[in-house]
Amino acid sequence: MADVKKIATRESYGHALEELGAVKPEIVVLDADLKASTRTSYFAAKYPDRFFDCGIAESDMMGIAAGLATTGKIPFASTFAMFAAGRAYEQVRNSIGYPHLNVKIGATHAGITVGEDGASHQCNEDIALMRTIPGMVVMSPSDDIEARKCVKAAAEYVGPVYMRFGRYAVPVFNDPDMKFEIGKGQLVREGRDVTIIATGIEVASALDAAAELAGQGIEAEVINICTIKPIDREIITASARKTGRVVTAEEHTVIGGLGGAVAEVLGEEQPTRMLRIGINDRFGESGKAGELVAKYGLDGAGIAAKVSAFVKG
Amino acid sequence: MDNLELKRKANAVRKGIVTAVYSAQAGHPGGSLSAADIYTYLFFEEMHTGPDRIGDPDRDRFVLSKGHTCPGLYSVMAEKGYFPAEELKTFRHLGARLQGHPCMQYLPGLDMSSGSLGQGISAACGMALSAKIDHRDFRVYTLLGDGELEEGQVWEAAMFAGAKKLDNLVVIVDNNNLQIDGDITQVNNPYPIDKKFEAFNFHVINVADGHDFDQLRAAFREAKQTKGMPTAILCKTIKGKGVSYMENQAGWHGKAPNDEQYRTAMEDLDRIDAELGGAN
Repeated sequence: MADVKKIATRESYGHALEELGAVKPEIVVLDADLKASTRTSYFAAKYPDRFFDCGIAESDMMGIAAGLATTGKIPFASTFAMFAAGRAYEQVRNSIGYPHLNVKIGATHAGITVGEDGASHQCNEDIALMRTIPGMVVMSPSDDIEARKCVKAAAEYVGPVYMRFGRYAVPVFNDPDMKFEIGKGQLVREGRDVTIIATGIEVASALDAAAELAGQGIEAEVINICTIKPIDREIITASARKTGRVVTAEEHTVIGGLGGAVAEVLGEEQPTRMLRIGINDRFGESGKAGELVAKYGLDGAGIAAKVSAFVKG
Repeated sequence: MDNLELKRKANAVRKGIVTAVYSAQAGHPGGSLSAADIYTYLFFEEMHTGPDRIGDPDRDRFVLSKGHTCPGLYSVMAEKGYFPAEELKTFRHLGARLQGHPCMQYLPGLDMSSGSLGQGISAACGMALSAKIDHRDFRVYTLLGDGELEEGQVWEAAMFAGAKKLDNLVVIVDNNNLQIDGDITQVNNPYPIDKKFEAFNFHVINVADGHDFDQLRAAFREAKQTKGMPTAILCKTIKGKGVSYMENQAGWHGKAPNDEQYRTAMEDLDRIDAELGGAN
């Protein structure tokens, strides 16, 4: 998808909040000294009375969001995935998840595509952490179009939501009129030989891979799973039944994230041979985002090579 | 309420605490008893709240940051009429609304779930901030333990409250000087507490005797008059206050009395009732 327009989903998050600010006065946006990076700066500029910088204190920010939610506000607590899901995990669990408060967590800079900052800031564990919290909705949109719809759906939904966005500009490939529903997967390419289930920026990579595989005579079905929890069990099992082989692709550890969630579904409902593509139980490293995606085999070529071997193996 | 009525009420709250913990054979009596007078003052004198105001957006809010001392909160809520005192005997039992640490999903009337130390004060900041956004007049009260001040999040929240000038927020510290592992100065000394809150841009009020209703009254009045900054009311208290063998004993932080100890505790509290000229 080299010729397609590219936008980072953090950008979509910022714009969606800015648009929501005009129609939902209950929305309050919190940040932890990263408003330029998370793009909450757009909302802050337009609605300064509803934007609060909590400073470099993410744990406190999650508690403040919880307190705001008890009074009927819809707080969007924003920071990097590393600090939202990692540092503030217990605050998210106990102050937001346990009382099931209407807090939205906007986590940007997820995964290795943080790039040059290196492993300390590359959160490859957030999906796994967040989906263990009872009642937490976990979403990982694939492009600008889906990310904006995801933020708007989160604002309408009542309950805690974790949203994962990236720093790296990725192709805008979804139909602007796509229907978005929390908990629903999306069939983005039909195929018969293998199913590639992807989330976040890996959906575009999976489509690239599918195009390459077609040239080898392998017809891959591609499913976009934006909502990792609650996951769309039907779309996963139906495709697995059809192709008999399932590959997952995520910019996240292969432990406990999308791959884990799909394995849980298939293990219970439709035992299927699987291959999980993602970060293989290791930390990331510094480098340009594109270089890292290639090195870790998360681009179209990397996925195609693994899927091809998997199908033939 | 006059002081005598408040004292009788506080003694009833203490009986409820002992009964709840005895019935559960688990829970935290020490820090519940040390704060019993604070709970009583808040719910019967200070806060505009009550069972008739559940869901009222303008009610005052209370966040029990030191959530393990919920026997005290539950007991004062029962006295206030949120639920029958008999329900205190279900504390920590399977299926009970009175969970081991407060959960708003279980018990209507709780303004926040809490229990993991250091987190309640942040939620209280969020509530106070909400009042500021909407220009509402409700006030937010949060009760912390002195050992709890060792949690870093307390100071993140304190910095925020001071920076955002949340003068509708009152942080109360139950300074009974004991935590699970012993004397707070021996575990990880949080003193000087007053200077710390001052440094975080709080108006600080030291209450020499947190069991004295005149002193509590003066402190909360001063807090209400304080504008442009949050207030911290630091109350010197006695852990286990009211039950002879529990007073100033770290061992009674999280332990339930046996049958004999329960009888002794209730005798101690009955004696206080008699001194006050009768029960509440």
